[in-house]
Amino acid sequence: MSILIDEKTPILVQGITGDKGSFHTKEMIDYGSNVVAGVTPGKGGKTHHGVPVFNTVREAVRETGAQASITFVAPAFCADAIMEAADSGVRLICSITDGIPAQDMMRVKRYFLRFPKDRRPMLVGPNCAGIISPGKAMLGIMPGHIYKQGPVGLISRSGTLGYEAASQLKALGLGISTSVGIGGDPINGSSFLDHLVLFDKDPETEAVLIIGEIGGPQEAEASAWIKENFSKPVIGFVAGLTAPKGRRMGHAGAIISASGDSAAEKTEIMKSYGLTVAPSPAEFGSTVAKVLQSA
Amino acid sequence: MDVHEYQAKEILASHGVDVPPGTVAFSPDQAVYAATELGGSHWVVKAQIHAGARGKAGGVKLCRTYHEVQQAARDLLGKRLVTSQTGPEGKPVQRVYVEVADPFEREIYLGYVLDRKLERVRVIASKHGGMDIEEIAKNTPDELLQVIVEPAVGLQQFQARELAFQLGLNIKQVSRAVKTIMGAYRAFRDNDATMLEINPLVVTKDDKVLALDAKMSFDDNALFRRHNIVDMNDPSQSDPREAQASEHSLNYIGLDGEIGCIVNGAGLAMATMDMIKHAGGNPANFLDVGGGASPERVATAFRLVLSDRRVKVVLVNIFAGINRCDWVAQGVVDAVRAEKIEGVPLVVRLAGTNVEAGKKIIAESGIPIIQADTLAEAAEKAVAAYQGAK
Repeated sequence: MSILIDEKTPILVQGITGDKGSFHTKEMIDYGSNVVAGVTPGKGGKTHHGVPVFNTVREAVRETGAQASITFVAPAFCADAIMEAADSGVRLICSITDGIPAQDMMRVKRYFLRFPKDRRPMLVGPNCAGIISPGKAMLGIMPGHIYKQGPVGLISRSGTLGYEAASQLKALGLGISTSVGIGGDPINGSSFLDHLVLFDKDPETEAVLIIGEIGGPQEAEASAWIKENFSKPVIGFVAGLTAPKGRRMGHAGAIISASGDSAAEKTEIMKSYGLTVAPSPAEFGSTVAKVLQSA
Repeated sequence: MDVHEYQAKEILASHGVDVPPGTVAFSPDQAVYAATELGGSHWVVKAQIHAGARGKAGGVKLCRTYHEVQQAARDLLGKRLVTSQTGPEGKPVQRVYVEVADPFEREIYLGYVLDRKLERVRVIASKHGGMDIEEIAKNTPDELLQVIVEPAVGLQQFQARELAFQLGLNIKQVSRAVKTIMGAYRAFRDNDATMLEINPLVVTKDDKVLALDAKMSFDDNALFRRHNIVDMNDPSQSDPREAQASEHSLNYIGLDGEIGCIVNGAGLAMATMDMIKHAGGNPANFLDVGGGASPERVATAFRLVLSDRRVKVVLVNIFAGINRCDWVAQGVVDAVRAEKIEGVPLVVRLAGTNVEAGKKIIAESGIPIIQADTLAEAAEKAVAAYQGAK
């Protein structure tokens, strides 16, 4: 098993005819993802990479039964696209788009509250690399070949640092059940915690690696929950030990602005809740291997 | 993006927040003219920089005569003001704000932030204005008042009224404070602010409520729809290299080490800096060339990193996903030739798609590039090269 997606998950691409949307749709199909529909307002009725294109998400869902979507929509229009997907019954929405205004995301999160908890869609991202269940399906923009299928769950705020971890694991012969990029924005869809809950129930996942960075309360929140509730070993890391205070490190969300935001503080919090912390970003693979051996 | 105090006050005033009369000035003569136009008998001349704690650093001067106004402006303009928030190099003062100084009775703190945990706007107030919020939170945490804004409906009158009464204001002051609290919220919301601080908000003898100082920051992601805010940008307040980087949509932040970094992805860039530190060196910068590290972007990145004279070694760490290593490698080789990079050891670590082809291009280029396979090896080789070059 895996979490969130597998080879059967019917996928819809929002913004399928744009440059990026088109390129990554092809990549996803080649990897084995079940892409069933695309949406570009005004291009309905055409086909793209052999996939039928619709004007609205509602129409696409009705005609194809799509359950998961990925957005390649410009930042100014992306909040609208996410809400459209949610309102049309899409249960998993993965937003790659970088640069959505924070107030738009606040509105999106508020909008999601209109769905009862058991029917609320899961939003992954924005500003993320997406989701991959190696050997099964990819709902994202990552290079699929660096991921090997296996027992490690991976959750990372950063895309490329997630790649780094995946390739270190692969070099040691270790694979991944599912890798989720939750994104670098200050207000994002789902947190470490949301995905840990799913990994806890996934029999294929034996351990989870969470890679955080400076800024925000997510890593601390997840660590506290892990100590009380999580049954599998968790390896943690927080990037940005050398980051100065008050400066935005590329990601809109990567900024030390409150106490508890720094990498040193978050690392201490992780340790205090019993997580094994990778000593450096070059030791993701070896630390996970050690933990798996002793488990 | 940050704006100056006088710009924040303009925004606030246009949303119904009362501010003392004031005018911006770019020269001592303009400052004097501003004072004569404003009238009154006392003025403050305030250095306009993108940082707080100006008062303690001598950036705010109380003047009783036009001559003092001129002298204050002359002292401040053209200097670099160093405050506890600017770093040792300070910020250049190119404008001063001349404001009528009237006596007041009380100082209040009023702030608005985007709360990441609650994913809502949080309004913070305290009876103890004038000091910074960290001090208030430390010294009188029980007296910190807070209101959370429900995003679907926005801040409500009753919430503002509750705050005003809790601040201990009389009924006349309360109605003015409510107007201020509501107006400042609209200024925050309608301009995509991420932070707004009125500190102090003062109450005068005749029950007026005035924003005496104001600070605002805006969401960079929303600038595409806030042209009025973009127009307020003052590039003199940011590091010239950072301003240059943002023109090329690269993310660059200058630090004070010796090993220059060129990396794709913000997380990997931070991790690379951490790894350099771990290996015993110091990073000179944070630089994210973005997901698609195209040859042009790599070339621009080299120019930026090497414009820092402290840089003794350059470390390139690219994890190629959709962009392929052979393409990135060609970009690096072209950039090194075009920029005539000599005397600075160059360590390159490529990983991901088409890595073997990329390494071959670098090996066959004839350029003395030190190659590394892993993140750890890259950092160690960069630190060793720095120690060798020293």
